Amino acid sequence: MPSFQEIIFKLKQYWSDRGCIIQEPYDVEVGAGTMCPETFLRVLGPSPYSVAYVQPSRRPADGRYGDNPNRLFKHSQLQVILKPAPADVIEQYLGSLEAIGIDLRQHDIKFEEDNWEAPTLGAWGIGWQVMLDGLEITQFTYFQQCGGIDLDVVPAEITYGLERLTAFLQVKDSVFDIDWTKNFTYGDVRYRDELQYSVYNFEMADIPTLWKLFELHEGEAARLLSLYDPKSPDKQRFPLLPAYDQVLKCSNLFNTLDSRGAISVTERVGMIQRVRKIAVAVAQAWADQQSAAAEEVAQ
Amino acid sequence: MTMETLPFLLEIGTEEIPDWMIPDALENLRLLFEKLAVPHESVAMDATPRRLVLRAEGLPAKLADSEERVMGPAKSAPPQAVAGFARKQGVKPEDLAVETTPKGEYYSFTRQVPGRRIKDLLAEALPGIILQIYFPKTMYWTVKSGPRFIRPIRWIVALLGQDIVPFELAGVRSDALTSGHRRLGAREIAITTADYVERLRDHYVILSAEQRREKIRRELAGMPVKSDPALLETLVYITEYPTAITGNFDSQFLALPEEVLITVMRHHQKYFSVEDGHGNLAPKFVAVMNIPSDPQGFVQRGNERVLRARFNDARFFWETDQKKTLAGRIPDLAHVTFQAKLGSYLEKTERMKALAQDLGGDVHAIRAVELSKCDLTTELVKEFTELQGVVGGLYARVQDEPEPVWQAIYDQYKPESMEDRIPRHRAGQIVSLADKLDTLRGCFRVGMIPSGSRDPFALRRAAQGVVKILVEGKIELPLHQFLENNQALLDFFADRVKFYFKDHRGFAYDEVNACMAAGWSDLVDLEARLERVQNLRPTPDFEPLAASFKRIRNILEQAKFPGAGEVHEGLLEPGPEKDLYEEYRGIAGQPIENVISRLRPKVDLFFDKVLVNAPDARVRQNRLTLLQTLLAEFSTIADFSEIVTHS
Repeated sequence: MPSFQEIIFKLKQYWSDRGCIIQEPYDVEVGAGTMCPETFLRVLGPSPYSVAYVQPSRRPADGRYGDNPNRLFKHSQLQVILKPAPADVIEQYLGSLEAIGIDLRQHDIKFEEDNWEAPTLGAWGIGWQVMLDGLEITQFTYFQQCGGIDLDVVPAEITYGLERLTAFLQVKDSVFDIDWTKNFTYGDVRYRDELQYSVYNFEMADIPTLWKLFELHEGEAARLLSLYDPKSPDKQRFPLLPAYDQVLKCSNLFNTLDSRGAISVTERVGMIQRVRKIAVAVAQAWADQQSAAAEEVAQ
Repeated sequence: MTMETLPFLLEIGTEEIPDWMIPDALENLRLLFEKLAVPHESVAMDATPRRLVLRAEGLPAKLADSEERVMGPAKSAPPQAVAGFARKQGVKPEDLAVETTPKGEYYSFTRQVPGRRIKDLLAEALPGIILQIYFPKTMYWTVKSGPRFIRPIRWIVALLGQDIVPFELAGVRSDALTSGHRRLGAREIAITTADYVERLRDHYVILSAEQRREKIRRELAGMPVKSDPALLETLVYITEYPTAITGNFDSQFLALPEEVLITVMRHHQKYFSVEDGHGNLAPKFVAVMNIPSDPQGFVQRGNERVLRARFNDARFFWETDQKKTLAGRIPDLAHVTFQAKLGSYLEKTERMKALAQDLGGDVHAIRAVELSKCDLTTELVKEFTELQGVVGGLYARVQDEPEPVWQAIYDQYKPESMEDRIPRHRAGQIVSLADKLDTLRGCFRVGMIPSGSRDPFALRRAAQGVVKILVEGKIELPLHQFLENNQALLDFFADRVKFYFKDHRGFAYDEVNACMAAGWSDLVDLEARLERVQNLRPTPDFEPLAASFKRIRNILEQAKFPGAGEVHEGLLEPGPEKDLYEEYRGIAGQPIENVISRLRPKVDLFFDKVLVNAPDARVRQNRLTLLQTLLAEFSTIADFSEIVTHS
């Protein structure tokens, strides 16, 4: 029975063998692997790019103090981006499941319609949730739009829920019981995170401070964006990646405020718009910056 | 000698198409093919999630040869023009014919057009046809300018007899290679039109939806599953090789409400639920997998574990929600937006309360309204949104609200369709009416009026529900008084009322128009009148009388008769006019059913013998008054002039 980390090793090796860059997790807090610049920005423009990485993903509202066997504040996604999507992308995906020891001739695999959408990122795609013996193990998406931009080349995004997948393979009813290694369970490694972040997100986070931080990061993103000049000969130097980090900070603060119950439903829509606005602005500037870079290379 | 005919096979191989779109797409593809000028004897359509298939029989190899006549210059034209025409047709001037037309004599040439090869014709047309298939949402999967389809096309089989119909679409070349089940079949399988279905079967694909449906039905037989035709269709179109398996769950979960258990099984897991011998839920389920067997029990155990986790979640939510009563949640509704322009659910609840009072709701109805939206703040409804209302009702029950109250909360979203039942008791009917009327009034007030297929707030369904509740709940209320004098809303309702009585209840459209023209604010009254007109219609006197009423209406309209005043007996002419008046006096106030046979001959005779348009203005006026009085007397049930008559 493979351990949690062995499953990760095998999947990384599998995608590495198929030409993916293996990245480490992004070092700013995100709600999903999609939000990392390796996905959000790299899917823009015509250049091919294939990458896989494990991304710890924070969902403050999903925390349950470690009490619920299936819900986590922070779960781990294996994010795979294949751009452009190869014609046999689903075959490759099924092969990855076999690589971690699932004999698909003896299991029931179904692709159920599930179109993904992230309003704060101006992003959506067409795809499925992949069901294995009735368990959703993967979200499979053909990106259509990102940062409000129609994509030049359609990438496939494959997002594995690693805890669930491992619980399935190890036949465990609680993710906290899965074996991270032979000697340590998931609970040994992560229970404290679940408990303490739930306490913080639901009870102790200081709302005025979070608001202030949100505004500071939003302001910094907006300040940088206002300085980006598409006509500048030096625009390749322009720090759009740091500007995007500010967007990610805002997104996480928004989620934390939300879980803290500090955002009314009416405010919610406005907040989503605010994050979306700077996310879309970064995407557009990035597309401009990178297309210019591509032209330079071509010359 | 009959020409040899050929079979045609088109298989569009795709990634998994959403099950609910498949039947419509097939029908669409069939229509597009029929529109092509390709003769054929029959067409059969089939599909699995990964292939749309069209098979036609009896195609010719080529279209019949035809002749095309080209008209040239007039006979009187200069020789150069004639020679030019002949050259263009590739013949000598002496090969041209001369034709006499109404405009004179003209040169012409009849060209032999060889019939096109069907293979060429199909090769040219198929890419366009495939991309024209309508899907509610499409995608691109290559580049931005690339083709759009429901999901990526990965292979295409196009065979006419033994030949491949050659074309390319989205980088895929048509071929004679199909693809089997994703894991149990080969990826490339050479086929012919003759062995196609069988070869697929060898590779674990049952092409026919009917056969997949039958296979599932057969495997369900003997299991007391709750009948669920919609779920069955989903499973038919989400599998290529369906097989039913049974699983179990811990009977301790049966302590959770059945509604929650069924929702988890049906909506989230696509399982059939199973009944015990007494109509209660048994701790079992039936799942349909996309492989032929589960010898090791992997699939069964996997599904059982997923269900256990789901049920555990539901129980966790159920228990968490009990920590705060529904009544205690009322203030929280201030933070739940109903609609940006229409305020919070707390405000909606307040408006509904006033409406429920005006609708004659009792204390139970009012209490139910107060609590009706509180379940929107519960964890269970956040998780299972489709159970809104139901969950509120269940919580109200365990929180000891009186039966009429919890049932009213439970039923508040009913009826959800024309086939659904209305809330079982009056309190629930009032809550449902108040909810729907408030939504309708609010949306129409702020201009969110449905147009075409755009109806994001499902206002048609809401209005339809109001109509159904009023009629079937026998609630005699002046509906118009609740529509805030909003003409758009009034018109909207008129359409819903017509639809209900015509399409749902089967009344003839002219009967509905006739009865509505006599008023439609009280829908119970309208229904009673419709039934009377419907019963009256087959009687021999009805049609002639309806025709006479139409005539009366026309006469009054032509005379621009203002419609006031009394009949002066002294001005009545003895005979048919006086007789008609006497008859009217004798029967006034009686239901038309009782008097129609007596009235009709008098009306007929009147029109036969009496000239309404009398020279004496006073007599004319009096006659018009008589007709007006008669029309008014019997138009309270329906405006009979709206009835379509055959005479």
